[in-house]
Amino acid sequence: MSGYDVPRFGHGSRVPGWDQAADLTKDPAVIPDSATTLVPETLRAGIEAAMAKYPERRSAAIPALHLAQELHGWCSPEAIEQVACVMRLTPAYLISVATFYDMLETRPKPRNDVFVCTNISCSLLGADEFYEAMVAAAAEDPDVGVRSFECLGACDIAPMASVNGEYVGPLETEDAAQIIEDLRAGGPVLEAKQLRFRRSVDPGAVGP
Amino acid sequence: MSIHILFEGIDEPGLNRLEVYQRRGGYQALRTALAMSREDVLGELLTSEIRGRGGAGFQMGKKISFLPRGDMDKYLVCNADESEPGTFKDRELMQKSPHMLIEGIVIASYAAGIGRSFIYIRGEYDYQADILEAAIAEAYEAGYLGEQILGSDHSLSLVLHRGAGAYICGEETGLLDSLEGKRGNPRLKPPFPAIQGLYQGPTLINNVETLSTVPHIIRMGAAQYAEIGTQTSTGTKLVSISGDVQRPGNYEIALGIPSREIIYGLAGGPADGREVKLWFPGGSSAPVLTKDDLDVPYDFDSLAKAGTMLGSGAIIVVDDSHRVLDVAYKLAKFYAHESCGKCVPCREGTNWTVKMLQRIEAGEATPMDLDIMASVQDEIIGNCLCVLGDAMAMPVGSIIKKFRAELEEHIEAARERAGIGSLENVIPVGVADAHAGPLPVH
Ligand SMILES: Cc1cc2nc3c(=O)[nH]c(=O)nc-3n(C[C@H](O)[C@H](O)[C@H](O)COP(=O)(O)O)c2cc1C
Ligand code: FES
Repeated sequence: MSGYDVPRFGHGSRVPGWDQAADLTKDPAVIPDSATTLVPETLRAGIEAAMAKYPERRSAAIPALHLAQELHGWCSPEAIEQVACVMRLTPAYLISVATFYDMLETRPKPRNDVFVCTNISCSLLGADEFYEAMVAAAAEDPDVGVRSFECLGACDIAPMASVNGEYVGPLETEDAAQIIEDLRAGGPVLEAKQLRFRRSVDPGAVGP
Repeated sequence: MSIHILFEGIDEPGLNRLEVYQRRGGYQALRTALAMSREDVLGELLTSEIRGRGGAGFQMGKKISFLPRGDMDKYLVCNADESEPGTFKDRELMQKSPHMLIEGIVIASYAAGIGRSFIYIRGEYDYQADILEAAIAEAYEAGYLGEQILGSDHSLSLVLHRGAGAYICGEETGLLDSLEGKRGNPRLKPPFPAIQGLYQGPTLINNVETLSTVPHIIRMGAAQYAEIGTQTSTGTKLVSISGDVQRPGNYEIALGIPSREIIYGLAGGPADGREVKLWFPGGSSAPVLTKDDLDVPYDFDSLAKAGTMLGSGAIIVVDDSHRVLDVAYKLAKFYAHESCGKCVPCREGTNWTVKMLQRIEAGEATPMDLDIMASVQDEIIGNCLCVLGDAMAMPVGSIIKKFRAELEEHIEAARERAGIGSLENVIPVGVADAHAGPLPVH
C-alpha cells in the first residue's frame, strides 16, 4: 500500500526473503523506555496534544507519525522509536501502521514531494507524458522526489500534481522544469496554476 | 432550469469565514433545529428522503433511525476521504464553505443524539484541512460547537482527523479502523457501524455533501426539498465531471436531468470532432455506459436500471481517441494498488487482472483470455468483506462485455506486433515466466 515495494515475481508472488529484515535472534522491540529515549520537546508536545483529542490515545497514531515524519524527513527507526515512546506503543505496531499509508515513508525520501497523478482522468489528458517529463526534470535534483500517484481529487485541473501539498494544474510538459525552478527558489510553486485560486465553473453558482 | 442550493454563491470571497457565512444566513438552520425536538429534526430528514452522496445512496434519515437510543457514547463521522477516482466535489465544498459542513454535522448529531464527532479528511487535502481547522476553531469560539450549544441541552465536540493516503479508508469500516489508529482494513459487516462502529459505539457515517445538505433541508423544509429531483432521488447533486470534456469541474444539478445535459450542456462534451466512447457515471467504480446511454436520466434509480450506479456522482468521459484497453489497465492498476490485501479474491483478483491486461498488450493473449478475465471478475463480486474488489470487477467486467470486439482487435494487433502471428504460436504461459498467467487451452 505504501511506497515500500515488496519485491515480487512477474506473477505477483513475493520473492522469498522479502521480509528478512527482521533479525530473529533478537527479542522483538518493546515499548521504549521513557527514561532513556530522547524525544524532542516539540514532537512530544505535538503528540501529546494529538492524543488528548481522542477518547483513545491510539487514534493519534497517524497524526503522530505525520509529525515525526515532518521533523525527521521520514519515518526513520529513530522517529518511530520516539513516537512509540510517547504513545506507549511498540515500534512494530507503528511500523505496521506507517507501511499501510502512501504518505508515510519508511525509507529515506527527498525533502520535496512531487506527486504526479496518473490516474484515469489525468492520464486521458496526458499525465503519463507529464510524469516522464517531471522525472527527467528532477533527475539531477536530490532534493526532489517524484512519485506517480492515484487520483488526488482534482481531476478538474487534469493533468495535475501535488507539490509539497500544493495542487497545480492543468500541467504541460514545460511546467516540469518550472516546478523544479520554483522549488529551488523556495517561493510559491507555479502560482498561476494553483488550484486554490480556481473559481467554480458552474454558471449557476455565481454570487447572489 | 438549474437549481442551486449547495453551490449558491459558492465563490463569494471570504465565505470560508464565519462572519461572511453568518451574514449570508449561516447557522440560522441550526437555531431552527435546536428549537425543535430531536424527533422532529429526524422527522424532517426522513421526510426529505435524502440519500447518501458518498457512494451507496442509502437514505440518511433511515440510517439515523438504526442508531440505538439511550445514554451511551455515540459518534458521528464525516467521510471526507474522497478518493474515488473522478470525484472532487467535497474538496470544493470544504474549501469554499466549511461552515456549511460544520452546521450540518451539528444538526445531524442533534437529531441522532450524538455527542462526539470527527471529520476524516484525506491527508492529501492539506489546504482544505487547514481551512476546516480554522473554521472549527471559529465555530467553537462562537458557541456553535462545544458544551450546551446556543443554550440548548445539546453538546458536541468535533475533531478533524487527517488521513495519510489510502483509498480503502473511504470505505466506512476501513475508515473507522484508520481513525482508531490502525491499518485501514475493512471490518466484517454486520454489525453495521450504526450498531457497533467507532470504539465499538454506535456510529453515524455520512459523506461531506450529504451532511452539507442538512442545513438546507431544515431551512427550506423537508417537504419543499423533496420536491426537487425525482420521487426516489430527491434534491440536488454535485456532479464532478472530468476526462475528455471541454469544461471539467463541479456542477450542481437537480437529480433526474438527462445525462447528456450534464456531459454536453454543462461540460461542453468532448473536443470538436470527437465523440463519447464510454463514460463512468459514478466514479471509476461504476460499470461503464456508452454513447447510446447519454439520455439516461441522472438519478439513483435510472442509473441502476441502466446496469450501473450513481455512486459518488463523478462522471468520467472517455472519447474515441483512446483505447479501451488502456482505460481498463489504468482501472485495474488502481484497485490492485489500493486493495488492502485482507480478502483473497480482491487481493489476487485485482493483481491477476492487471497481469492479464499486460498479457494482452504483450501480444501473448488469445480471445479466450477475455473469458478467463471475465470469470475472475465474477469470482470477486460479492466475495469480500468490502466492495473494493467489486469496484474493479464491475467496470472491468462491463468493459469486457461492451467492448469485446475492440479488445479482440487489440489482442490480434498486439500479437501481430509481437511477431507471434497465428494462434498456434502463442507461448503457453508459465514457460516464458515473467508474464505467467492462465494457460490458454490448445
Ligand atoms: C472502496 C470504497 C471507497 C469509498 N470511498 C468513499 C469516499 O472516499 N468518500 C465517501 O464519502 N464515501 C466513500 N465510500 C462509501 C462509504 O463506505 C459510505 O457508504 C459513505 O461514506 C456513507 O455516507 P453517505 O451515506 O452519506 O453516502 C467508499 C466505499 C468503498 C467500498
Ligand atoms: S485522476 Fe488525476 S486528480 Fe483525479
